[in-house]
Amino acid sequence: MIRVNNLKKYFPVKRTVGEVLLRVPQRFVKAVDGIDFTISKGETFGLVGESGSGKTTTGRLILRLVEPTSGKIFFEDIEITKLSKEELRKFRKNMQIIFQDPMAALNPYMKVGEAIKHGLEIHNIGDINKERKNMVMKMLERVNLSPPEDFYYRYPHELSGGQKQRIVIARALILKPKFVVADEAIAMLDVSVRSQLLKLLIDLKNEFDLTFLFITHDLATTKYICNKIGVMYLGKIVEIGNFKEIYNEPLHPYTKALISAVPEPDPKKKKEKLIPEGEVPNPINPPSGCKFHPRCPYAMDVCKVEEPSLKEFKNRKIACHLY
Amino acid sequence: MSLKSYIITRIILALPMILILLIMIFFILRIIPGDPVLAILGGKAPVEVIEAKRHELGLDKPIIIQFFDYLGDVAKGDFGVSTLTSRPVWSEIKDRFPATLELTIFSFILALIIGIFWGAEAAWRKDKAIDISARVYSIFIYAVPVFWLGLMLQLLFGIYLRWLPVGGRLSPRVSLDIKTGLFLLDSLISWNWEAFWDVLKHLLLPGVTLGLVISSIFLRMVRNNTVLMLSKDFVKAAKARGLKPKVVLYGHALRNAFVPIFTIMGMQFALLLAGAILTETTFSWPGIGSYLVLKIKYRDFPAIQGTIIFFAIFVVIISIVIDIVNALVDPRVRY
Ligand SMILES: Nc1ncnc2c1ncn2[C@@H]1O[C@H](COP(=O)(O)OP(=O)(O)O)[C@@H](O)[C@H]1O
Ligand code: SF4
Ligand SMILES: [Mg+2]
Repeated sequence: MIRVNNLKKYFPVKRTVGEVLLRVPQRFVKAVDGIDFTISKGETFGLVGESGSGKTTTGRLILRLVEPTSGKIFFEDIEITKLSKEELRKFRKNMQIIFQDPMAALNPYMKVGEAIKHGLEIHNIGDINKERKNMVMKMLERVNLSPPEDFYYRYPHELSGGQKQRIVIARALILKPKFVVADEAIAMLDVSVRSQLLKLLIDLKNEFDLTFLFITHDLATTKYICNKIGVMYLGKIVEIGNFKEIYNEPLHPYTKALISAVPEPDPKKKKEKLIPEGEVPNPINPPSGCKFHPRCPYAMDVCKVEEPSLKEFKNRKIACHLY
Repeated sequence: MSLKSYIITRIILALPMILILLIMIFFILRIIPGDPVLAILGGKAPVEVIEAKRHELGLDKPIIIQFFDYLGDVAKGDFGVSTLTSRPVWSEIKDRFPATLELTIFSFILALIIGIFWGAEAAWRKDKAIDISARVYSIFIYAVPVFWLGLMLQLLFGIYLRWLPVGGRLSPRVSLDIKTGLFLLDSLISWNWEAFWDVLKHLLLPGVTLGLVISSIFLRMVRNNTVLMLSKDFVKAAKARGLKPKVVLYGHALRNAFVPIFTIMGMQFALLLAGAILTETTFSWPGIGSYLVLKIKYRDFPAIQGTIIFFAIFVVIISIVIDIVNALVDPRVRY
């Protein structure tokens, strides 16, 4: 349903006037540096990786909220990257996004009911205002904000974090999209409401027959929702495949490290912890060869010079010289 | 706290500030060199005449006594009489104020139009020509002295091209029925088109001068705040919903950018008054600003004190009005 081909986004690094005058060459942050993946209909694809690995940029690229530097994105058979501005604007109802920070994602001056209704107005869904309002009320009930009249006329600041995120979800789903990007949708919420919201997302996914791109830095949450995952590191996908297989037997050293960091519910089953040492390197100046080599416990000489490509291995794809 | 009690609190809090201002201006005027009597009579008047005038104005009493006398009068709403014209200060200010108001409103509207449209478009096309030119414009206008800008416009449109008058509010040959003191409004009310054109022509140069000055601050604030708002997720969300780009810009980003701008504008209002004073002097505009400059020249203490207090009250009122408007447009603000 979603197919991404060699997608790249390089953000230019701002130069100072002095640097421009001295003709210091323009440098780039390679936020997304040539990634490929597909998401089948009804699937939930988890995109995981530490902060700064390019997950948010990938999600926004697919929705063309950020224009790609190069590469292709297909939605079913439609090449999103080729749509004109106006075609894209009309097409947007098919693909929606749930943001990480619900406070930032809601316009503080808009009543939340109006914000949800807004999408219907933009796309001329529903005939009269009353009908649209009814649809909003139903949607509010569906995301467990009831009675809906109590919420429709409120402003974002009057709601709790969890309630705001339900509004953001309602606003995205009222357009009946086929594809939804959930960018760290529960990460900013209070721990006490996270599992409720995760459950809500899973229920809605089944009910609305959604295809999900589920972005998270926390591998633990992917367990409940993802069929497939891609592990990202500094703009590249390093391991991609079936969720269960990767989770049970991570092969890439970076994936191993991420999974070892997931807290084990059963304290008797102590795991060897492999939290990667050091910081994520500066993305403007990434390490040579395999970008993970300065932190990799298995690093070999070849890793410093040659960048591994993504290769088929054990029913998945891995970018590592070990395989 | 209700809005009403908030306003009352604000007024009560403003009173000591105005009192301190009054004390400062009262004593500073009497410490700095310059004698009002000599300023009126000239240095060559006989000593007896000078002494008589000094006694008449009450300037022979000790300063502290003078101060408490003045304070007592002010508390009763009496700001004294001008030593220069012997007219009540308050009524002189009342006569002059509409001219300043008309100039300020005109300039503000011009600045708003420049600031909003150029600022929003510059933010939308950040780092493109329209943005870079906006930045250069606002730095240039901000750095240039108001009177220099005024002089240049006078030279070009008044002296060289002879399109517009270089000073005043109304040509002597034109008659106008004055009701509100805002001449544009007065001429419209009486359907007096001749006067309307004449007033507008007089207003154009000072209005544009002051308007450009205000617009430089305004443009920069609109541009920076809109850039900030455009990076926010709720703007991305509006785009993701399929909202038209111009609606995203003007309906979401700009509207949200406006609240902080509005507050800052309130704080900068005193600065704008300073701009108005310079503009009025440059264009002999008969408002409060040129009034103050004239009165300072003649050391007209009651008039200077009265004008400063008037400015202070005006600034307080404006900032309260801004707070009220803020409370009305921003659902998060509650008093
Ligand atoms: N608009 C932007 N301009 C410049 N750099 C950006 C921008 N957005 C993201 N980046 C950079 O791209 C990299 C990836 O960021 P992001 O996609 O947000 O990663 P993640 O979501 O995995 O934390 C980071 O180094 C970030 O600083
Ligand atoms: S390629 Fe080398 S450095 Fe990179 S992950 Fe594999 S072993 Fe580690
Ligand atoms: Mg992110």
